[in-house]
Amino acid sequence: MLQLATRDGSPAPAAGLDHSPLAIRGLTVSYGEKPAVFSVDMTVQPGAMTAIIGPNGAGKSTLLKAALGIIRPLSGQVTVLGRSLDAQRARIAYVPQRASVDWDFPTHVMDVVLMGLNRELGLLGRVRAWHKARAMDCLRRVGMQDFADRQIGQLSGGQQQRVFLARALAQDAELYLLDEPFAGVDAATEKAIISVLKALKDAGKTVVAVHHDLSTVADYFDNVFLINTRKVAEGPVSEVFTAGNLQAAYGGRLATAQVDQLSALPA
Amino acid sequence: MLRDALLLQLGYNATLVAIGATLLGVAAGCTGTFLFLRKRALVSDAVSHATLPGICLAFMAMVVLGGDGRNLPGLLAGSALSAWIGLLCMTWLTRRTRLAEDAAIGAVLSVFFGFGVVLLTVIQTMSAGRQAGLESFLLGSTAGMLRSDAVIIALGGALSLALILMLRRPMTLVAFDPEYAAARGLPVTRIDLTIMGLVMAVTVVGLKIVGLILIVALLIIPPVTARFWTDRSDRVVLLSGLAGGLAGYVGAALSASAPNLPTGPIIVLVSFALFALSLLLAPGRGVLAAVLRHLRFQRRVHLRQGLLALAQGQPIYEPLTLRLLRRNGLVRADGVATETGRARAAKALRDEKRWEIVRSDLAHEAVAALYDGLRDIETVLTRDQIVEIDRRIGGPQGVAT
Repeated sequence: MLQLATRDGSPAPAAGLDHSPLAIRGLTVSYGEKPAVFSVDMTVQPGAMTAIIGPNGAGKSTLLKAALGIIRPLSGQVTVLGRSLDAQRARIAYVPQRASVDWDFPTHVMDVVLMGLNRELGLLGRVRAWHKARAMDCLRRVGMQDFADRQIGQLSGGQQQRVFLARALAQDAELYLLDEPFAGVDAATEKAIISVLKALKDAGKTVVAVHHDLSTVADYFDNVFLINTRKVAEGPVSEVFTAGNLQAAYGGRLATAQVDQLSALPA
Repeated sequence: MLRDALLLQLGYNATLVAIGATLLGVAAGCTGTFLFLRKRALVSDAVSHATLPGICLAFMAMVVLGGDGRNLPGLLAGSALSAWIGLLCMTWLTRRTRLAEDAAIGAVLSVFFGFGVVLLTVIQTMSAGRQAGLESFLLGSTAGMLRSDAVIIALGGALSLALILMLRRPMTLVAFDPEYAAARGLPVTRIDLTIMGLVMAVTVVGLKIVGLILIVALLIIPPVTARFWTDRSDRVVLLSGLAGGLAGYVGAALSASAPNLPTGPIIVLVSFALFALSLLLAPGRGVLAAVLRHLRFQRRVHLRQGLLALAQGQPIYEPLTLRLLRRNGLVRADGVATETGRARAAKALRDEKRWEIVRSDLAHEAVAALYDGLRDIETVLTRDQIVEIDRRIGGPQGVAT
């Protein structure tokens, strides 16, 4: 692994960044000629849960995808646990948006979770009993153990989301990046997911999630990252999740109901 | 005659063609599955049409260099080269311009094919070109197929299958969830190109037998056929290879059993016959199964509604409901519930309440997902679980289960 670090040629990480599970510097991503994310810096705190929030089209998912190299940024640097992204792939688990795949794909729940073990299985390795046992254990953690043999199209939206989470768990990563894990899921699923994420945090892992429900931010997360194309604010919920910052991020787009909810927040 | 053909008793050439067609079918079926799973089936059509200019240019080059223009490896190399260029054009158009993939496919397919036809005409006017028979690559031609041709098909097919075996996991992952694959560090673009490269290899080795216009059928129909029979991608690959191989073998035998039956088109028709059978008869996803399932479902709904109506003393108007209740001995001819009918009705009502509990309890989630308003609760829960639920409902416990 040491050799990898030198061979990838990444510059020595700047002081203060080396411990961050995910550090982003000057990241700009553009679709066509309209930047979706502009010159964003982000430093994720280790062992904590961070919510990325902002209005629709603010670049939340784009930021996540660019951090993972799924989309190629125009400029900017990403370091993961002090090294380049490619050197650290095995330590990152990603949970994409549920709507990003075709759920009629011919595959079973167990097969999807086993995808999380792709690296260990290699190209030709056979799926052994212990691989299945590990996948089953991940399904159990999200309460989906009874569904292992179902075709994925038979699941409800919330159950599909939990299968995706189980696949990420199977990777046994350090850093978990989730894109809208609570979007359109039932209450049972939301509870199951949040308890899994909190357990990850208690085990010292780092969790970053794109989040859309402002009313649960304070309950679920330690830190927030507010974005509207540019970074608006970043820090602990108690300091940064303020009515003023939200107004700055959402502008006039904050629904009245949300404003009412948030009026209790510090200005 | 057909029996002889199926048993490979029709002579050397027919046997060679049958073996070649079978191998091609297996390779095309397996390869096509990944194209189908990636939802890019039509890309293969553009790739196959883009082989034509390469075939023609290779022929001209070999003639100019003083060789035999019909040298098959030479022609196949040319076809592969121009198919690859076509593929790169298409990838470039899709990724770097605002054109959608369907438009890119249309543009590449027609332009390359048109250019190829022009070259074919030019070759017709060359002195060496008249007997070249390059048109046979359009629809395939197996007359005078050589042992070396069969060897090329066998090698190409074996190579494709070996690559598929090696890369099946990354290819499946990219087909299912390309973003996750990219996040894992898989080279998604290169894997996509590998899938296309495999398609190209199959197309090129299939030129001799089915020709460039119909090869797309061998790449697409078998996976679609296989999909009817299974919900798991690795089995789709296997079944698709099987369907392709069977179509190749039976098609080649059929065409050998009578004079003037073209091999390629017959193979495609056999492949279609397998597809049609699957479409109609497959359990689960087949049309017949769906109709039967719907009818059965309708009856169960009517019966259950009837029972609930009986239990609650409501009138029943639906003729189908009454007929079903009568036929099952649950009501008498005058519409009054029988002894059994009353018992079953009470049970149905009781089950409704039990289901209510099951569905509100997270511990029973997997069972609750099976709820359809029709199932008897004892088919999904153990006796102990039912007793536990009944305790929570309270009230009289005497209702028969």
